[in-house]
Amino acid sequence: MDYFIQQFINGITLGGLYALIALGYTMVYGVIQLINFAHGEFFAAGGYVGVIVLSYLTGLGLLETHPVLCLTASFALTMAYCAFLAVGVEKVAYKPLRKQSRLAALLSALGMSIFLSNGLMLTQGVYDKAYPSELFQGMIQVGGITISYLQIMILCMTGVLLVCLNTLVFKTKIGMAMRATAQDKIMSSLVSISSNRIISLTFAIGAGLAAAAGIMVGLYYGSVRYDMGFLPGIKAFAAAVLGGIGNITGAMLGGLIIGMVEVFGAGYISGEYKDVFAFIILIAVLYFKPTGIMGENIDDTRV
Amino acid sequence: MEPILELKDVYSSYGSIKALKGISLKVFPGEIVAIIGANGAGKSTTLMATCGIVPIDKGDILYQGKSISGLMAEKLPIMGLCQVPEGRRIFPRLTVHENLELGAFYRKDRAGIEKDMERVYDLFPVLRDRTKQQGGTLSGGEQQMLAIARALMTRPKVLLMDEPSLGLAPLIVQRIFDIIHDVNESEGMTILLVEQNANLALQAAQRGYVLETGTVTMEDDADKLLHNEEIRKAYLGE
Repeated sequence: MDYFIQQFINGITLGGLYALIALGYTMVYGVIQLINFAHGEFFAAGGYVGVIVLSYLTGLGLLETHPVLCLTASFALTMAYCAFLAVGVEKVAYKPLRKQSRLAALLSALGMSIFLSNGLMLTQGVYDKAYPSELFQGMIQVGGITISYLQIMILCMTGVLLVCLNTLVFKTKIGMAMRATAQDKIMSSLVSISSNRIISLTFAIGAGLAAAAGIMVGLYYGSVRYDMGFLPGIKAFAAAVLGGIGNITGAMLGGLIIGMVEVFGAGYISGEYKDVFAFIILIAVLYFKPTGIMGENIDDTRV
Repeated sequence: MEPILELKDVYSSYGSIKALKGISLKVFPGEIVAIIGANGAGKSTTLMATCGIVPIDKGDILYQGKSISGLMAEKLPIMGLCQVPEGRRIFPRLTVHENLELGAFYRKDRAGIEKDMERVYDLFPVLRDRTKQQGGTLSGGEQQMLAIARALMTRPKVLLMDEPSLGLAPLIVQRIFDIIHDVNESEGMTILLVEQNANLALQAAQRGYVLETGTVTMEDDADKLLHNEEIRKAYLGE
């Protein structure tokens, strides 16, 4: 039983991170019907900016004296950097293709992914970069279950970000404009919503969340690598599809499920196959229910 | 008097299909003007071009004396040019209340928005009973009312309406035309109305334009068009 609970906690931690990344896929798809295959690179870029900022602060000796402040600053800087990066990527690689076929933008996204990942390799090197390990050492032990402080931090941070996003999208005026733009771009411009601004905002938010996940994965596994965006990116994509692409609640749910299945699969079936489970789910969803758990039927929305 | 809205020899095309071939029309402040014509005559394209959704190839569109062709569509509602589009285009997964709030998206005057909200709920009491309901679940008539109410929330000076009677029961059509008449009368709101139901449109309007395959073939006072032999044969089914 302890083992089960332990795995459950690990699953939520990982699932929350997948959920953060999956949101970017699903939000961008919701607004411009594009699978942004470069999205995983924002996650990787986040991991790198995070390690650079944290290492710099460690060098100054600030990390020991003001750990919370340093962490907040690195999250803020990293998320802002990746938000700007994503807005730039959209302007350069997707916006000029908006009137073209969807395939054109999709190919552009694949190209952008390769470009960004190679850019990261050329500027940061091919080797792993270690995260400062002084943060959140220690753990809580309850019976046979261990929860590290780091895990608690990740769970809290993920929870806060998900709540913030939900509030933004479902309770604010700008969130309402985002939902309107996703539903009908022509009508939203007829009520004076600028779809360009909404699209930029969507990319910025999605990339910001992925960047936060990047730092947390870096802290969790201790290091980052230039190609770290690929696998989590695809798994998060699977999560977004599982939840119903375009649906925000679905992406959160899908992320948690994929994380759980991966952890439980690795724990109870085989660790060797840990990466396979997400893809089994992806294939099964596409085969049996392509609209996903919460997916809406897009065609029946107009009368 | 200066026209509040004027189209000058406007050309527009979808790909290789020429939808508008030199449309010229004038709308004066406080008027109701009807555009009638068959399917595919370019009525909806005329409105979409005016609102900056469909780009124009040639010609110019003037609003309050200034050219608006080439402006981003989202700037126009702020200037008071607003459309109730064909098919109503209610945001299906937003509530009735949210749809109305979006009508007032650019506005910052909280109190004024609240007041207008009350006013449109008074105009369309059926919407008040459904504030929390999703737009997509409303009936056709209710959606048309919501679409008009949403446009009123923008506080338009000129309201473009595309086929407000389409697919609605006669009683509801009557109700909607009463409201069109009301807002025109009581607030002097200028209305440019596109209709396939020529009879209805010409009865509501002061002046009318007849469109055929992308050009204006006739313009006159609505009364005269209503009694014109050709029009009666072609559009009034006599």
